[in-house]
Amino acid sequence: MTDVRNDPAATSGSGDLDTELMPELAAAAAEAVIPPEIVAQSMGQYLHGWWTRVRGGDSGILPVIGALLVLGVVFQIVSPGHVFLTADNFVNLLQQSAVYMVLAMAEVFVLLLGEIDLSIGFVGPLAAVIAVQLVQPATSNWAWWLAIPVALIAGAAWGAIQGTIITRLRLPSFIVTLAGLLIANGVMLFILLIGPFSGYPLLTGPSHNQTMLHNLMNASIDTAVSWVLMAVLVAATGIFMWLRDSRRRRHGLVAPPPSLTLLKVAFIAVVGVILVAICSVNRAINGNISGVPWFVFVVLAVLAFWTVLLERTRFGRYIYAIGGNPESARRAGVNLARVRTIAFALCSFTAAIAGLLYASRLDGMSNNVQGGQDTLYAVAAAVIGGTSLFGGRGRVLHGVLGGLVIGVIYNGLFLLGLDVKWQYIVTGFVLLASLTIDSLSRRGATTGVSTH
Amino acid sequence: MSTNTPTADQPLLQVRGLDKHFGAVQALTGVDFDVSRGQVTALCGDNGAGKSVLIRCIAGIHQPDRGTILWEGHPVHIHTPRDASRLGIETVYQDLALADNLDIVQNMFLGRERLRHRLLDEDEMERLAAEVLSNLRVTTVRSVRQPVASLSGGQRQSVAVAKAVMWHSKLVIMDEPTAALGVVQTRMVLDLMRRLRDSGLAVVVISHNLNDVFEVADRIAVLYLGRMVVQAPAAEMDRQRVVEYMTTGGQTVAAAQGPSR
Repeated sequence: MTDVRNDPAATSGSGDLDTELMPELAAAAAEAVIPPEIVAQSMGQYLHGWWTRVRGGDSGILPVIGALLVLGVVFQIVSPGHVFLTADNFVNLLQQSAVYMVLAMAEVFVLLLGEIDLSIGFVGPLAAVIAVQLVQPATSNWAWWLAIPVALIAGAAWGAIQGTIITRLRLPSFIVTLAGLLIANGVMLFILLIGPFSGYPLLTGPSHNQTMLHNLMNASIDTAVSWVLMAVLVAATGIFMWLRDSRRRRHGLVAPPPSLTLLKVAFIAVVGVILVAICSVNRAINGNISGVPWFVFVVLAVLAFWTVLLERTRFGRYIYAIGGNPESARRAGVNLARVRTIAFALCSFTAAIAGLLYASRLDGMSNNVQGGQDTLYAVAAAVIGGTSLFGGRGRVLHGVLGGLVIGVIYNGLFLLGLDVKWQYIVTGFVLLASLTIDSLSRRGATTGVSTH
Repeated sequence: MSTNTPTADQPLLQVRGLDKHFGAVQALTGVDFDVSRGQVTALCGDNGAGKSVLIRCIAGIHQPDRGTILWEGHPVHIHTPRDASRLGIETVYQDLALADNLDIVQNMFLGRERLRHRLLDEDEMERLAAEVLSNLRVTTVRSVRQPVASLSGGQRQSVAVAKAVMWHSKLVIMDEPTAALGVVQTRMVLDLMRRLRDSGLAVVVISHNLNDVFEVADRIAVLYLGRMVVQAPAAEMDRQRVVEYMTTGGQTVAAAQGPSR
């Protein structure tokens, strides 16, 4: 602890020296748009920089986290019997949000390019119905570990075809994926009718393969194992972040102050502990259901993989570059058509994962999929989470947070006895608000530049 | 060119008899153009004189119809910008081609990212970028992790130049680098050009601004309607004559000044 208190004091001295040596040109004007962690040497400076940036219109994930906290508190107060934040309802809420979270993470890929994919709401269920049909013991009776990859590959292939049409024929993604939405809907209905299930293949059957798909959404990991897993994950993330930041500080590279690194690690740990603690409460009416549900790990895995892909690989860097300035990417030798096509394929691949979660929650597939609405919720979730509709700005994490907002609204209004029409209206207003923030912050950033 | 000294006196780039037409428009006619190491060569000319076409031929964007390009004395064929990069020719276009949403390091390494264990080696890239910027004395940039959107015009130009020179390039071509800049920013960019020259690079700058040209150029070349009308040391030129060459092709200027060398 003494380290932490001493360090900012020591470094803030050198920070002052820097500003002294700095020519006048780089004065406070630039401060507004620089991410706070890159100039700040101490916590105080960091907070100051952050506040300057918030006033400049760019506040990262804080608005959506704030919105989640406010919604949580409000629903807890107004929900009958204050059940909103009970363990039972919380896990239920996560279940309701999971599909939107993964769909929104899918959408982030194409939104970053400045494109849109309207097809995911039915491409996901299309992949799901393939998996559900394949594991039916009465017909094909495939192993679950074979059916799932086939479904995911089918999703990716669908996206690759859409991406190819968009990039090679230079057609707008809006229209191509709208066509894809309709076609996927139709193909899904075709596949649904195969076999002796009257269009309702189920996952509740006796076969182990059906059960595995059913478990995705409904089974939980043992409480003790949950705690151990959480501790390992948090420790690994924390150690990685700490080592990376201290190495960068040692080498004189841009890095947040140690206190901030610790704060971030602490935040992750707190979220992890709360999550596992809530999931450890017995949420069954009879008997015992507790532990972290499988789908939580599915969501975390998608989040981790895609975050690394987007932020730590060449491919990810090119997606951001194309979203920011396609011409600069082209001149840098980036194969735009290839990157775009792969992004559409990854989007549909991720949508297929969401589809599997959907089928698992539904315990089968039916013709009652609200694909168009799910697509729009996915786009809304990504934008609510903080991803820009105009390309170049956004993170996979935004999909998770935005999906959670959608789930919270749905769940909270349901508890209040307000039905789906209220859900539409409230979600619509939240989307409008976040889009306004996105647009205003862009305008704020541009005027910020033009003034100096 | 009559002496046998191998490389010291030989121009880095020699363009000989370059022709280029687009449809019926003859953009370049028999253009000769020499660029030497350690010199700033200003390429002047009125709109439509063919300045951009000439540098695009050198940068591999256009293919000349006729003529040869000698690089370090050897004839070369530059088919793509990649070919030009391989030779050590980098071009900073007027629009700079920076991605606003990426930071300075990310922009400087765009398309040539360093990898470690198949992931981006951010530490190494940041170190190298900071090194190049400090070698060029681009000190007004507060942090290399600053998004390009937050930079001033001169700083952007500096980043674009730094991006161009960090690949061991030998020739940097700059298209109207000061056109959109204020006084202070222009000074910054002109200083940067001098530093590139002093470090032994060849610099070609296209400019309309004769103040800038005379402040920084060692040699001046003027194109008029697709023909190279004069190439001479800046010391032998004055503003009046450059304007005459640009507007009339030099018909009213005494031809007694001697052939362009």
